Amino acid sequence: MSTFPETPKDGFRLSQLIYDTRYRSLTIQVVAMILLVLFFSWLVSNTIQNLSDLGKDFYFGFLSQPAGYDINQRLIEYSSESSHGRAALVGILNTILVAFLGCVLATILGIFAGVLRLSKNWLVSRLIAVYVEGFRNVPLLLWIIAIFAIMSEAMPQPRAFREGGGASMLLGDSVAVTNRGVYIPKPVWGDNSTILVGVFILSVIGIFIFRSYARKRQEATGDILPVFWISAALFFIPSVLAYYILGRPVTLDYPELGGFNFKGGLHLRNSLIALWLALSLYTGAFIAEIVRAGILSVSKGQTEAAYALGLRPGRTMNLVILPQALRVIIPPLISQFLNLTKNSSLAIAVGYMDVRATLGGITVNQTGRELEGILLLGLFYLVLSLVISGGMNIYNNSVKLKER
Amino acid sequence: MKKTVLLGALTVAGLAAGASAAATLDDVKARGSLKCGVSTGLPGFSATDANGTWVGFDVDVCRAVAAAVLGDASKVEFTPLTTQTRFTALASGEIDMLARNTTWTFSRDNDLKLEFTGVNYYDGQGFMVPKDLGVSSAKDLDGATVCIQTGTTTELNLADFFRVNNISYEPVPIETNAEAQQQYLAGACDVYTTDASGLAATRATFEDPAGHVILPEIISKEPLGPAVRHGDNEWGDIVRWSLNAMIAAEELDVTSANVEEKAASDIPEVQRLLGTAGELGAMLGLEAGWAKAIISQVGNYGESFERNVGEATPIALARGLNAQWTDGGLLYAPPFR
Repeated sequence: MSTFPETPKDGFRLSQLIYDTRYRSLTIQVVAMILLVLFFSWLVSNTIQNLSDLGKDFYFGFLSQPAGYDINQRLIEYSSESSHGRAALVGILNTILVAFLGCVLATILGIFAGVLRLSKNWLVSRLIAVYVEGFRNVPLLLWIIAIFAIMSEAMPQPRAFREGGGASMLLGDSVAVTNRGVYIPKPVWGDNSTILVGVFILSVIGIFIFRSYARKRQEATGDILPVFWISAALFFIPSVLAYYILGRPVTLDYPELGGFNFKGGLHLRNSLIALWLALSLYTGAFIAEIVRAGILSVSKGQTEAAYALGLRPGRTMNLVILPQALRVIIPPLISQFLNLTKNSSLAIAVGYMDVRATLGGITVNQTGRELEGILLLGLFYLVLSLVISGGMNIYNNSVKLKER
Repeated sequence: MKKTVLLGALTVAGLAAGASAAATLDDVKARGSLKCGVSTGLPGFSATDANGTWVGFDVDVCRAVAAAVLGDASKVEFTPLTTQTRFTALASGEIDMLARNTTWTFSRDNDLKLEFTGVNYYDGQGFMVPKDLGVSSAKDLDGATVCIQTGTTTELNLADFFRVNNISYEPVPIETNAEAQQQYLAGACDVYTTDASGLAATRATFEDPAGHVILPEIISKEPLGPAVRHGDNEWGDIVRWSLNAMIAAEELDVTSANVEEKAASDIPEVQRLLGTAGELGAMLGLEAGWAKAIISQVGNYGESFERNVGEATPIALARGLNAQWTDGGLLYAPPFR
C-alpha cells in the first residue's frame, strides 16, 4: 500500500507566465500587443502635440474652399473658382485615366512581346529581348523624362505649322504633332447619337449570344461555324448602317491652327503622352516576362498532345496553351496593374495634373494642410488599388483551375 | 518582435523630439551653423558660382543671419527647395529659415503658420514672351500656353488675371525655374510668368536676351521676404533685425569698407547699430557686434543689391521700389533704439 503524495494545489503562480509553456506564448503576445498599442497611441499623441506646437489643427474644411488655381487637363467642368475638393476630383480622374490607358496598352504590349519572345525566328525573339531587358532594367522615371524631352524638344512648335513654317499635319490634315502635344480630331455627338450607341451595344450583346450559340452547336453536332467572320460582321454592319440611316449623327471636329495654339480637336498633352507611353512600355516589359513564364509553365506534352489530335499551331495556342497559362499569368498581372497605377504618381516629373499634383501638390502647398492632404492621397491610392485587385480577383476566379 | 518595436519607438521618439524643439537660436548656436532654405537656382538671388559657393541676394540674407548669430557669414548650410517643398521643409524643422523669393501673403502668414520677418525685395508678377511673337500687352495673350511654377502666388494671380480679363490660357505646371527656362526656350510654352525680378534674372542667362521682352503689365504685388516658423518669436526677431540692420546701414551710410571707422563715429544711431553704445545685441540674445559682423562680412543692403542684381550685373535691375525711403523707395528700417 502506498500513498500518493498530494499534487501541489497551491494554484497559479506568477512565474508560470514565463516558465510554463502553457502560458508563455500568451504572455509574449499580450506584451507585444500592449507595446504595439502604446506605440501607436504615442505616435498619434505625438502628432497631435507637434501640430498644436505649430498652431495647426486637423480639419478637412479646406476641401470646400475655392482652389484659385487652374488645371490644364480636366475631364469634368472645373475653373479656378471651384473648390479644392473638386480640384482633387479632377486630379483623381486624371490619375484613373492614365492608369486605365496604361494598363490597356501595357497588357497588349506585354502579351505580344511575351508570345513573340518565344518565337522560333531568331531576329524577332532577340529584338523583343532587347525591348524587354532595356525597359525592365532602366528606371521608369528616366523613360518618362526621356519621352517628354523628345516630345518637347524635337517636335515642331505650333507656329511652324503656319504657311512656310516647315511642318505639316498628318493623315489628311487631321492630326498635328507639336511640341505641346498631339492634336487629334474629336468626335462630336449630335442628335440621335444615343440611338447609334444603343445599336452598337446591342450588336456587341448579339456577338456574345451568337458565340455561345455556336459553342453549344459545336458541342452538340461537331459543326464549326465561321465565328470570327460573323462576329466581325455583327460588330460593324449594324452600326455603320445605323450611322448612315440616322444621317451621320457623329461628326469629327478637326484641330485648326488659331492664335497661339491649335484650336478644336482633342489635345493629348505631352505630359499625358510621356507618362502613358513610359508607363505602358515599362510595365509591358514586365508583363511580357509574366506571359512568357505562363506559356512555358504549360508542359510541352500538352502541345504535343494537341498536335497529335491534329490541331493547328494557332488553335493549339488559343485552345490549349493560353487557357492553362492564364492561371499562372493573372495573379502576377494584378500586381503589375497595381504597380502601374501607383507609379503614375511619377507624373510629378512632367507636370501631369494627377491627384498627387492637385490634392497632394498645389492644394497642400496653398493651404498648408500637409497631414490631411497626404492622408487623403494615401487613402485614395489604397481604395483604387483595392478596387483594381478586387476586380482582377473576380476575373482570376473565373479562369483559375477548378477542382471538382 | 518586442525589441524591434521598442527600438523603433525610441528612434522615432528621438527624431520627433528634435523637430518639436522651439528654441531655434540655441539649436543654431549648438550646431555651429545655420540651415537656410534657398531656391534651386535663380541667378542673382540664389545660385552657386563657379566654385560651388552659394551667392545671391537671398543668400546674403542667410549669410547676414549667420554673421549675426555665429559671427561668421560662411557658416551656412544651404538647402535648395522647390516651390512645393519650401514650406514643408520650414514647418518640419529641416531648415531654420527660408530666404527664397517667397511672397508674403495673409494666408501664408496666418494659415500656413509662417512668420515673415520683413521684405527684402518689392516685386510684382510679369510676363516674358519671345520678341518675334509680336505681343505687346498681356491682354493679347488669349489662348496662349503659359509656363508657371506650381505652388506659387503667381499661379493664383495668373488664374485671377485671365479670369477677370475673360481670356483663356493653357497652364503648363513646372517644378523649378531651370525647368521652366528649358520649356520656354524649347517653345513648349509661349509665355513664362513669375516675379519680374525672376524674369529679368532668367533672361540674363539666355544666349540671346534681346530676343525676349518682358511685357509692361505687372499684375500683382509680390513682397518677397525671409520667413521663419510661427511661434519662435526670439528667432523671428533675429532674422527681422538682421535684415533691418542691412537696410539701416545703407541709410546711415555704413558700408563694409568703412564700418571700422564708422564704429568710432559719434552719431548715436550708428553707435547703437554697431554696438559701441547701448545694449541692442544683448536684447536679441546676441553679441554686441552682431550688426557690425553683418556689415563687414556681407555688406549693407545697397552693396548686396549692386553686387548681385544691380545695374552693373547682367540682371541689371534698377532699384525702383527697392530704393531707400529717402530716395523715393519703400525701404524703411524702424529705428535702432
